[in-house]
Amino acid sequence: MNKENGVLDIKKIKKISSLNIVWQWEVILLFIFITVVIINSNLSPYFLDYTNLMNTTFNFIEKAIIALPMVFVIICGDIDISVASIIALSSVFMGMASQAGVNTFGLVVIGLFSGSMAGFLNGFIITKLGIPAIAVTLGSMSLFRGITYVILGDKAYTKYPISFAYFGQGYIGNTMIPFELVLFFILAIIFGIILHKTTIGRKVFAIGNNFTAARFSGIPVNRIRLIIFTVTGLCSGLASILLTSRIGSTRPNIASGWELEIITTVVLGGVAITGGKGNIIGVIISIFIIGYLKFGMGLINIPGKVMTIIIGLLLILAIMLPQLIERLKPKNSFGKVKK
Amino acid sequence: MRDLFRKREFNLFIFILFIILGVSLRTPSFLYVNNFVDIFNDTAILSMVAIGQLMIIVTGGIDLSVGSSIALSGMSVALLNQYHPGIPIFMIIFISIAIGLLLGSINGLLVSQAKIPPIITTLGTMSIYRGLVFVLCKGTWVSAHEMTEAFRGFPRSSFLGISSLISISILIVILFFIFLNLTRTGREIYGVGSNKIASQYVGINLKKIQYIVFTLCGGITGLAGFLWVARYAAAQSETAIGFEFQTIAACVIGGVSITGGSGTISGVVLGAFFMGIVYNALTMINVSPFWQMAIQGFIILFAIIINTVIDKRNQQLMLRKRSFNE
Repeated sequence: MNKENGVLDIKKIKKISSLNIVWQWEVILLFIFITVVIINSNLSPYFLDYTNLMNTTFNFIEKAIIALPMVFVIICGDIDISVASIIALSSVFMGMASQAGVNTFGLVVIGLFSGSMAGFLNGFIITKLGIPAIAVTLGSMSLFRGITYVILGDKAYTKYPISFAYFGQGYIGNTMIPFELVLFFILAIIFGIILHKTTIGRKVFAIGNNFTAARFSGIPVNRIRLIIFTVTGLCSGLASILLTSRIGSTRPNIASGWELEIITTVVLGGVAITGGKGNIIGVIISIFIIGYLKFGMGLINIPGKVMTIIIGLLLILAIMLPQLIERLKPKNSFGKVKK
Repeated sequence: MRDLFRKREFNLFIFILFIILGVSLRTPSFLYVNNFVDIFNDTAILSMVAIGQLMIIVTGGIDLSVGSSIALSGMSVALLNQYHPGIPIFMIIFISIAIGLLLGSINGLLVSQAKIPPIITTLGTMSIYRGLVFVLCKGTWVSAHEMTEAFRGFPRSSFLGISSLISISILIVILFFIFLNLTRTGREIYGVGSNKIASQYVGINLKKIQYIVFTLCGGITGLAGFLWVARYAAAQSETAIGFEFQTIAACVIGGVSITGGSGTISGVVLGAFFMGIVYNALTMINVSPFWQMAIQGFIILFAIIINTVIDKRNQQLMLRKRSFNE
């Protein structure tokens, strides 16, 4: 982020950036979030209800859990469009195992394992052969989803152990806080610390900013990317456990179209699709913006297809906004200093 | 360099011949002329739209909104046909292309003027256009009996013994072959894709090129929208859903570099044809349709891996040759 300012006087830079804090992406997102909440609570009296607000998180937390590793993937300059298919694949494997009488613990292990193996396969092809991630995950997206169709056809798995339902439907103790939501926040903290406070995180940014330079500075570029893709698979497996447990059945078309929603969320959260720039906090706010926006629209009976128009517009406008701001921003004495 | 490209398409061609041979050994009826006409009919729309996708991928972009703009332009003309059956078919085609051009130029403007990366722009417009289809039709279908005979019959109407669906797609292939290979703008498209910065130094207008490719791709999807709706005699909000991935797959199989700069029309057409042959062959040898998607995914992965391996080997050969000469 500071690569352009490196040579300039640090103190002056700090002064400018504190003035510009209003223009920071996360602050803008927070404004959007507050706007969404205000509009929604004015439109429907049922919006600002504790139980409702908690329960509606069930609808987007599974996507949010994949959005976290997706931040790493996109910051690295890659993309993974096979995540929704990995959900389906893991879900089918869990369904098969459950049909065979495997217990809840076994199902969780199978879900996580099959997810991470699928992610590993992506990462392996991408890094070993040097093929762009979008091409590889495009293929594996069809392949994984296709395998679920081969196994399931037009049938569905519906037999799951009762204790398995806790992951997707359970609450923490007697509170109304869903287990999924707590799990998400724990993961978000872990991912946030790794991205922003460890050398691994710095390396991820370095890879995204300049792949070749990162490699020449001794960063094990391909190993890190392989790990990131495997973790993305692992988190997709986890999301698959939550989703399967929540809806209690597996069909081949489970979670279809999620990959694009997840990427939308991440990009709206301020992660540059070209890599090298991004922030976990922004993505978390963006997850809740989209989640509560959809919930609010649902309350006033807007059909799902119309919601997609609004989400699409939001995505495009949100990306255009920084450029508009850039034009409105007062010019400083350095001429061209970007954050 | 030219040899290298030729080699890639040639490989794909040989591979297609092998598949044809293999399948026809098992099911001789695969080789019937009628069956090939079917395959051509099935791949006509795919190869047209894949050419639009090719131009965008060559400039280093991607268009995820093609499926949605096919649905939107198709739905618009289907509704037009339903409520105003008097409008002549050529007017309908014209309107359909115009709608496609408009949708494409919105993408083009967002990419070139607002500088939003193509993948995000088209991700956004994909949802917007798809949503608009739903708003237009209010969730209902326009089905066969609500369309006029001329509308439904158009793709099947034959001209010199070939269905107009096939002849239109051949026309598109030839037009764009000329455009990409023999015109200045066409060459500039490749220039932008090979090296964005260098191309601007030699005076290529990047914004103009980006705008042109997205608009032209939009125009093709507009035409494809009409053909799609007329051919399947149904327009609904799920029309051509996921089609964007098929067009990208045809490009990838045809050897188009996903990072931009290289890719040929012949490769893409072969890629689309290859996908058509595989689907057709699967049905011919009685493989359950549930296998289609898995096989499609496997083929995409296989094709890109083979392409990359061949590329690497060729590069090594070239390096070796150069060191010999020195």
